[in-house]
Amino acid sequence: MNTSTSLDAPPRDRVTGTQFTRGLGILVLAGMVLLIVLGLFVSPADVNQGESVRIMYAHVPGAWLAYLAFVITGISSAAYLWKRTRSLTWDRIAGASAEVGVLFMGISLITGSLWGRITWGTYWTWDARLTTTAFLFVTYIGYLAVRGLGGTHQQRARRSAVLALLAVLEIPLVHFSVELWNTLHQEASVAGRGTDVEMDGLMLFTLFLGVIVFTLMYVWLVLHRQRSLALEDMLDDSGLDNALTARRAEASGVAR
Amino acid sequence: MDNAGFIVASYIVTFGAVGAYAVGVIRRSRKSSREVPRDQRPWS
Repeated sequence: MNTSTSLDAPPRDRVTGTQFTRGLGILVLAGMVLLIVLGLFVSPADVNQGESVRIMYAHVPGAWLAYLAFVITGISSAAYLWKRTRSLTWDRIAGASAEVGVLFMGISLITGSLWGRITWGTYWTWDARLTTTAFLFVTYIGYLAVRGLGGTHQQRARRSAVLALLAVLEIPLVHFSVELWNTLHQEASVAGRGTDVEMDGLMLFTLFLGVIVFTLMYVWLVLHRQRSLALEDMLDDSGLDNALTARRAEASGVAR
Repeated sequence: MDNAGFIVASYIVTFGAVGAYAVGVIRRSRKSSREVPRDQRPWS
C-alpha cells in the first residue's frame, strides 16, 4: 500500500516559478477578474466619451506598462554596460522587459485603434502621438531582432545594450508629442500638468486598478521570461561544451 | 451598451494576448528545463 503523503513527495518542479511568483500570479488573476468586472460592467459611462471610456481601462495601463518596460530595458542595459555591475542577468532582464514592453505596446496600439474607430471614426491616422508610438513599437521589434542575431551571450548583450540606450531616448518624444505638435490624441488628462479634468471616483479607481494589475502582471511576466532566457542560455552553453568535447575527442582520435 | 463589439474586442485582445504570451513562456521554459538540472537553476 502506498503510504506516501504530499509531505514526503518530491517537490513539484515549477520550472521558472517560485513561491513568490505563484502568489503574485494568483494576485494578478484576481486583479484581472476585478478589472474586467469593474471596467466592463460596474464603472459608469463617461459624459463625453460614453461607453468607449471602458477601453481606456486596458489602453492607458498598456501604454504605461510599455513605457515602464522600455525604461527598465534601458536601465538594465546601462547596468550591463557598466563594468562594476556587468552580469548577463541584466542583459536577460533587459531582453525580457523589452519583449513584454512590445507586447503591451501592441495591446495599446490595438485598443487605441478600436477606441479611435468609435471616437474619431477611423482606426488609424498619421497623428503625431500615433506615429511616434508606432515608430517606438517598430524600434523595439528591431531591438528583439538584434538580440536574436548570432554570437556569444556577451556579444548579444553588448550590442543590444547599446541599442536599448539609444531606443529609450524615443520615449520622451512619444510622451510629449501631444504637446509638441497639434494632434488628435488628447494630452495627459489624469496626471498631466495643470489638468482640470474631474473624474468619477469609480472610474478613477478602475483606471488605477488597471495600472496596478498591469504592473504586477509585468513583474510576473518578466521574472518568468528572464528565467526562461537563463535556461536557454544554459542549454546553449552546455550544447557548446558538448560540441567542443566531441571535437577534442575526434581530434585526439585522429592524432593517435 | 453602445459599441459593445469594439469594447469587448479590446478586452479580448488585451487579456488574450497576455494569456497567450504567458502560456508561451511557460511552455518554452518547460521544454528547456528538461535538460537543465534543478540544482543549476539559481532561483529554485
